[in-house]
Amino acid sequence: MSQKHLDTVSHAAETPDAEQPWAELGLKQDEYQRIRDILGRRPTGAELAMYSVMWSEHCSYKSSKVHLKQFGEKAPASDAMLVGIGENAGVVDVGQGYAVTFKVESHNHPSYIEPYQGAATGIGGIVRDILAMGARPVAVMDPLRFGAADHPDTKRVLPGVVAGIGGYGNCLGLPNIGGEIVFDPCYQGNPLVNALCVGVMKHEDIHLAKASGAGNQVILYGARTGGDGIGGVSVLASETFSDSGPAKRPAVQVGDPFQEKLLIECTLEVFAEKLVVGIQDLGGAGLSCATSELASAGSGGMRVELDRVPLRDATLSPEEILMSESQERMCAIVEPGKVARFLEICEKWDVIATVIGEVTDGERLEIFWHGEQVVDVPPRTVAHEGPTYQRPYARPDWQDELQADAPTAERLKRPVSGDELKAALLTLAAHPNQADKSWVTSQYDRYVLGNTVLAQPEDSGMIRIDEETNLGVAIATDGNGRYAKLDPYTGAQLALAEAYRNVAATGAKPLAVTDCLNFGSPEDPAVMWQFAEACRGLADACQVLGTPVTGGNVSLYNQTGETAIHPTPVVGVLGVIDDVNRRTPMAFAEEGQLIYLLGDTEDELGGSAWAQVAHDHLGGLPPKVDLERERLLGEILIAASRDGMIDAAHDLSDGGLAQALVESCLKGGRGARIVVPQGTDPFVLLFSESAGRAIVAVPRSEELRFTDMCGARGLPAARIGVVDGDSIEIQGHFSVALDELRTAHLETFPALLG
Amino acid sequence: MARVVVDVMLKPEILDPQGQAVQRALPRLGFAGISDVRQGKRFELELDGPADEATLARIREAAETFLANTVIEDFTVRVEEEAK
Amino acid sequence: MTVRVGVVTFPGSLDDRDAQRAVRLAGAEPVALWHRDKDIHQVDAVVLPGGFSYGDYLRCGAISRFSPVMDTVIAQARDGMPVLGICNGFQVLCESHLLPGALTRNDSLHFVCRDQKLRIENAGTAWTSDYAQDQEITVPLKNGEGRFVADEHTLDALEAEGRVVARYLDVNPNGSYRDIAGISNAAGNVVGLMPHPEHAVEPLTGPGTEGLGFFTSILRKLVNA
Repeated sequence: MSQKHLDTVSHAAETPDAEQPWAELGLKQDEYQRIRDILGRRPTGAELAMYSVMWSEHCSYKSSKVHLKQFGEKAPASDAMLVGIGENAGVVDVGQGYAVTFKVESHNHPSYIEPYQGAATGIGGIVRDILAMGARPVAVMDPLRFGAADHPDTKRVLPGVVAGIGGYGNCLGLPNIGGEIVFDPCYQGNPLVNALCVGVMKHEDIHLAKASGAGNQVILYGARTGGDGIGGVSVLASETFSDSGPAKRPAVQVGDPFQEKLLIECTLEVFAEKLVVGIQDLGGAGLSCATSELASAGSGGMRVELDRVPLRDATLSPEEILMSESQERMCAIVEPGKVARFLEICEKWDVIATVIGEVTDGERLEIFWHGEQVVDVPPRTVAHEGPTYQRPYARPDWQDELQADAPTAERLKRPVSGDELKAALLTLAAHPNQADKSWVTSQYDRYVLGNTVLAQPEDSGMIRIDEETNLGVAIATDGNGRYAKLDPYTGAQLALAEAYRNVAATGAKPLAVTDCLNFGSPEDPAVMWQFAEACRGLADACQVLGTPVTGGNVSLYNQTGETAIHPTPVVGVLGVIDDVNRRTPMAFAEEGQLIYLLGDTEDELGGSAWAQVAHDHLGGLPPKVDLERERLLGEILIAASRDGMIDAAHDLSDGGLAQALVESCLKGGRGARIVVPQGTDPFVLLFSESAGRAIVAVPRSEELRFTDMCGARGLPAARIGVVDGDSIEIQGHFSVALDELRTAHLETFPALLG
Repeated sequence: MARVVVDVMLKPEILDPQGQAVQRALPRLGFAGISDVRQGKRFELELDGPADEATLARIREAAETFLANTVIEDFTVRVEEEAK
Repeated sequence: MTVRVGVVTFPGSLDDRDAQRAVRLAGAEPVALWHRDKDIHQVDAVVLPGGFSYGDYLRCGAISRFSPVMDTVIAQARDGMPVLGICNGFQVLCESHLLPGALTRNDSLHFVCRDQKLRIENAGTAWTSDYAQDQEITVPLKNGEGRFVADEHTLDALEAEGRVVARYLDVNPNGSYRDIAGISNAAGNVVGLMPHPEHAVEPLTGPGTEGLGFFTSILRKLVNA
């Protein structure tokens, strides 16, 4: 747009009836009217751009907000919470003066359109969120979900996503320590690419996104602004793809991990010298978001000279500059006396930095383009007081039928003979969902920064945060869309329970939660019911386990046509461990150690991996959740680690005991001899997915102490076997050589992906 | 027999981090006066037969679906020379 | 005497702190060097660390090679100062022509991160004297462009002169010619290595401590000098 057509504030006031493309920008009629009511006139083009992008589902959480409130309202009292929901990321006290911030976020739609850049910029965005809190990012994790493993489009999307995560994360120098890879036809056309980042700081280094202190300068630094993803945030995140695939191809954002690495080092240096009053990263909605959020959260107003923004493309209009989603940019509020030093540090790191405005003592966000005013708005109405919807929701008609279709022995044929059980175990271990993932994880650097204590495929990733005291944190992410489809309330709780258990299995004490809620269209009452139930379930469970939700992200509209993905709440749990030297790995490494199964096993096959792999079946109810039991199991696992009573632990989840044995045996290169307890159905023992269970390897010298502890605390602990030999032997039923298992488990991914 | 050259470049509006890094380095090495650098890929396709319209159409299709990622890249196809 | 080992940070260096930690654990004093400074503060040896300096744009190491600090490092390396280039540092040394050959895209076309077994083929260089000849060690390897290539004549000369410092065992992770993992210059003071010994210095955070030998070797050499 050339300057003579500039839609200024005064021009807008003089031309109240000018046609505006509010519908194309994703606004509804009443939302557009509301903007007019707020401003007392029609918005300028720049204002319309800001409101439309900030009021999009992606930025405003307008459909989800009413349900997300529970995470705050039901939050358990926790001494560990330093910063709660609503900031870029929550901050948790982990002791010794350290604080940890972590968050998981989705980049689903962009990753379907352009897998490499979509996944890469997903990493970039979450890393900047963590950086903006004042923390040094120290690790990333990626929970991923794709369509059927053998679908041609999966062969396009998966390698691109993995290469993008590796290409960006490796170049940034952040170890990738965990995540998930799940295949299900429901994600065909709607892959889920979630990214988690964790960062570490000292308490006094916590920074917040707010602009205060009239006269303080607004500095934009990092990459130049180009036409990346203009409108992407509203168009990409708020609309459903047509059946034919990615028809809309907006300018894709391209990540520059080298620029981001410089941004990290430069930002940490300005933090260290205490040069920053408030800071915000530029992600979705770019400058619209950063300026309005900073001004909204602060005490005064803000004045921005938009023409000072360094551009990569000189033809960009003010509207486009405000909406651009160019990556690797940050916005800082700096006292005038500290600006020179700030700019000097940026120059040291070859980072472009420009003063684009200042904090005012007014209450308006005012933006100018070559001296003419194009925006004059109350910032809260843009950033924090957008529309909220009470979307109708209703339990779908088909839910009863789905739950009634339980995988009973009558309904689904179960393996009985030794040969059948062995075949079932091998098939499960070779299925893409359970198979070895090193084809993927070997493309990620897990060593950089030199503090990785545990990484995938361990139950959780673990990072040392102090080299002197050996203080560390552990993080696991889990989610099971099949369980959530059967019962979204329980499914969300199971996701939390599993992540909690995974953290405890490594010896760390679970402290806090982040979540990424991936669902279909909120305009479908059935999907909205799934969402409401999942939120309620997760909030209730967090209350019982004492682990507050510190932040996260909602991704809606994950559907193709009428068909939504399985409701997929992905839950990340952060735990602390006072001495990483006592971490518990998953591998059975010592011959002769005793294998104990902790918890109760019942006939629970609804939504199980076995039902999927053997019968392509999804029906019945998911496993029951007993959160008090989960907590007790966690306490036992942590105590056993602290007192040196166990040498290995592995949680039981997808694929049950069978899969856990396969993983612990192959990791350690040791076999196991298992005795099926009298009166137990070997199939149920091996393949049930009852929650609240783990296997541990106990040195014989510690057996009495360990069983006494379990007995005293009331945790069922059954000695089911011994680490021994080079096969997994289920006595009286079958034996499978580790070599055969290894082949089955390891060759799936190379065979699928080359 | 002919050689067909396919040049693949990032679309003008797409960020080219590689080109930018090179551009920033040039003045330090004393090469002044270069205002922009964009880095692309060049494919040389040696044909068994002549570069007739039908063949070029197939090559354009190959470029469109395979050599270039048209979400972020443009391409050009040209016949370079008749091989000796 | 305290041995001072400089570790250069280029824009995009990633394993610089890790190299400093390894130097410290070996008993020497790490000194951070900055790419823009010609001054290398009278260090006794220099490590060019791993990472993606300048994003690996243009070619790996091609832009870093022209940093001011490299003017000094190149000059002093020619005068005998020990220099170890790890991963991206190896790429910088090849671009600087302190070492022959080049490092190209892995034959798998994928970045690869794995625990890699190596054989120390020359325990006589400044950086390998603490190892036994033909000692087998395991250290992490992580690269996307780690495939060492050179012409046959150069490869034959490297072999003949004992300048192949380390060779991949069991698996050639990137398609390097003749399984070459590391080489040295003729004098043995400049060594380039694709795997990461600095990530095998603590049992807690790596596959073991068999990488420490590179750093204790230089310490011993300089103390005895």
